[in-house]
Amino acid sequence: MDFQDGIEPNSDYDDALNVPSDDVREHLVVVGNGMAGCRAVEELLARDADRYRVTIFGAEPHVNYNRIMLSPVLAGEKTFDQIVINTREWYDENGIDLITADPVTAIDRAAKTVTSRSGRTVHYDRLLIATGSDPFIIPVPGKDLPGVISFRDMNDVDTMLAAAEAGKAQGGGSAVVIGGGLLGLEAAHGLTLRGMKVTVIHLMSTLMERQLDEAAGWLLKSALEGRGQTILTGADTAEIYGEGKVEGVRLKDGREIPASLVVMAVGIRPATALAREAGLDVGRGIKVDDHMVTSDPSVLAVGECVEHDGNVYGLVAPLWDMCRSLADGLTDRHTGYRGSVTSTKLKVAGLDVFSAGDFSGGEGCEDIVLRDAARGVYKRVVVKEDKVVGAVLYGDTADGGWYFDLLKKGEDVSEVRDLLIFGQAFASGGGALDPKAAVAALSDDAEICGCNGVSKGQVVGCIEAGACSLDAVRATCKASASCGQCTGLVESLLALTLGEEVEAGPKTLCKCTSFTHDDVRREIVAQDMRSIPEVMQKLHWATPDGCSSCRPALNYYLLCALPGEYVDDQQSRFVNERMHANIQKDGTYSVVPRMWGGLTNPRELRAIADVVEKYDAPMVKVTGGQRLDIFGIKKEDLPAVWADLNAAGMVSGHAYGKSLRTVKTCVGSEWCRFGTQDSTGLGVKTERMTWGSWMPHKFKIAVSGCPRNCAEATIKDFGIVCVDSGYELSVGGNGGIKVRATDFLCKVATEEEALEYCAAFIQVYREEARYLERTAPWIERVGVDYVKSRVVEDEAGRKALAARFLYSQSFSQDDPWAERASGDRTDLHQHLEPQALEAAE
Amino acid sequence: MTDWIDIGTLSDIPQRGARTVRFEGEPEIAVFRTGDDKVFALVNECPHKKGPLSQGIVHGHAVACPLHNWNIALASGEAQGADSGCTPTIAVREENGRILLARPETQSPEVMRDAA
Repeated sequence: MDFQDGIEPNSDYDDALNVPSDDVREHLVVVGNGMAGCRAVEELLARDADRYRVTIFGAEPHVNYNRIMLSPVLAGEKTFDQIVINTREWYDENGIDLITADPVTAIDRAAKTVTSRSGRTVHYDRLLIATGSDPFIIPVPGKDLPGVISFRDMNDVDTMLAAAEAGKAQGGGSAVVIGGGLLGLEAAHGLTLRGMKVTVIHLMSTLMERQLDEAAGWLLKSALEGRGQTILTGADTAEIYGEGKVEGVRLKDGREIPASLVVMAVGIRPATALAREAGLDVGRGIKVDDHMVTSDPSVLAVGECVEHDGNVYGLVAPLWDMCRSLADGLTDRHTGYRGSVTSTKLKVAGLDVFSAGDFSGGEGCEDIVLRDAARGVYKRVVVKEDKVVGAVLYGDTADGGWYFDLLKKGEDVSEVRDLLIFGQAFASGGGALDPKAAVAALSDDAEICGCNGVSKGQVVGCIEAGACSLDAVRATCKASASCGQCTGLVESLLALTLGEEVEAGPKTLCKCTSFTHDDVRREIVAQDMRSIPEVMQKLHWATPDGCSSCRPALNYYLLCALPGEYVDDQQSRFVNERMHANIQKDGTYSVVPRMWGGLTNPRELRAIADVVEKYDAPMVKVTGGQRLDIFGIKKEDLPAVWADLNAAGMVSGHAYGKSLRTVKTCVGSEWCRFGTQDSTGLGVKTERMTWGSWMPHKFKIAVSGCPRNCAEATIKDFGIVCVDSGYELSVGGNGGIKVRATDFLCKVATEEEALEYCAAFIQVYREEARYLERTAPWIERVGVDYVKSRVVEDEAGRKALAARFLYSQSFSQDDPWAERASGDRTDLHQHLEPQALEAAE
Repeated sequence: MTDWIDIGTLSDIPQRGARTVRFEGEPEIAVFRTGDDKVFALVNECPHKKGPLSQGIVHGHAVACPLHNWNIALASGEAQGADSGCTPTIAVREENGRILLARPETQSPEVMRDAA
């Protein structure tokens, strides 16, 4: 290879760029700031960070982002920031000059310079062309009308979002996508999610005909039609019509489809104009050798713009292979690129599709097909001379990696031919479907993460080097850091490599994060986080504002960590806690006023009776917690109901909350001939101390006056059973789906002690249980001995816990009903009032 | 031709929340405001068991139904994930700080389906 020969001295080193003139390293200029160009530089830096001075030119005004993730951005599942691969800091830290929004327009190979649109001229020692591909625009009338776009970069996505927004203002909005391939269907899916009515026009008779056979294409078509898209196959576009802007598409058969947006996604072709004008050898793409060197030894090319051995590639996996060979060549290692066999695994509108190899059939090819209409599964494996040569999977793509691996290795499958179609687990004799076995059987070079081109060997290597969690793997080798489809595979590899250490780990809080409940709580305290957005930002939440699982949990954790300081986020509360009532299946609410210890009086009963009549409540019922539940109250009547109940001295019973519900009592020594202590009185005191407290889950207390236990204290979260010599305390009972009797905690002599232990127990539970974990499973997880060590054996600790609980209670014992009854948050209860009708377009 | 009716301002709806609007003889409409201040309108009924979607937790451009936690996409009304079903959408737009709702009375069934 002669391109490594000596460096030519050059005179115009200190041209337009701000370069230290004493930097005598070879200057590598990269044309194209996309996935290929930047990946090539990354690979080069990983091999020899100091060898070249690097300048990158980009046509777009952005840093390098993951182009294949534009679909999730369009669909609203990701933000642009989340698909950035290399931040500005990365360029700075690696001393790379990045010139954005200024494409290179000419190459002078004799002078070894490139010139950009703005007129900047830069000298190179080595030039890397990574211009990618251009969308193919079919030459029909109207193709240049405003509103006709492609789906190639962030600018296109912005245009689509604007069109969807404008369409919404006109009562819907229609879009036509020309091209039913991968890109077109992703655009159509995103636009549908954005509320547009989408028609897909596809020239061929089958969608994605290059990746799918007819059967899978048909399944995909019917599934997409089921989601509201109109799919026209065998449809040829005659023209795009409109006055000054797009108004619709006319087909050759005369049909017209009105649309305010037309997305042209019929294909891509290598962007070779720059190379061609510079006189490089260009066929379908820029011709390169096994080291990505063009016909000029100083000029290299990589990615979708190249032609290697007669092939051009439009998928991401070959690009990673090319970049490795290129970087090897630039650092005098000569591996050489040998071409790629490609597979496609993707999700369109939530539908799993996979294809690899050649499935066109032909002489000597045998098809093995499995159809499961009920599950919507179709699998086809093409075998030729006892080797897998192609595979198409629809609906269940779990074995895609295995078929692809067999195909690449050219393994003899005659032994397992009968079981081949049932997938790896069956074919390898296990019978039981163990996903881990399937992953274990993959070869080291099997690709795990298609987005970032990470092989199984690399993932295992990074786990062995200390990445013990999904998050650590994502941070080190980037596997599973983009679209997340391979998260299951990475988790299996973690389990296989680390054994029980990972498997025993608790599950993540929800899909939005890779952290567990315990991690999140620890970090909230350790980093002194003060709001939900702050937690999401600092802990790399994968969604813009969480989900209905994590938001209530975070709200509780912050509330518990910062009593008196944290401002409760009502929009992160479940409806019952936001409305301070229990939603019923018809959308009305039930209202439960507090009856301290189950005691009531004529005034309260009259007020309840009046409310029932005044608001036409269809039912009143005595609850299991010894109070009255008024059903069928409309949300707009709630504040008035509460005002009436407040007037009789009653407050919210929190029958709706992850909070103290009620303290159930029996009549005790005051009336009962068996009673040993004043259980009713102690119950009232306990309820006065604990009401209004927010907890990980609902919390019930009962006080029984003797061991006959009429208040059922031994199936409550905290139970007190009075005996002659004092009070027996027990914890962790539950009368729900899984009945659990309490564990005995200890016996105390006085009411004051019983209250202190109760407060301390509640506070350990509040501080350490996971959100939505009742005391019963929590105690089974941590052990009753642990609870005793905190609440019984450690006196100072107990007093501190009780003090923390009472401190927190000093902020939470305001009646939420009184606030609402006085006019707080009327928006939650009243309907919007439509104004007078406006004339519109 | 669509008529638009003024139902208030963005600030009338809590961020990551919803308000309801009623028209005589029509199903109640829920008008949502997301974290990024986009506005969407759906019939206030989950396709599953008719739960009042306006009372759900709004996250991203979706709402979790308060009854059984189905997640409904606000733009399309489609149930997400493994669940399937669709709630009709109603066209809504913002103009000069006011929220305008496509008026149900004159909105033909055809337009309703298109918007969905």
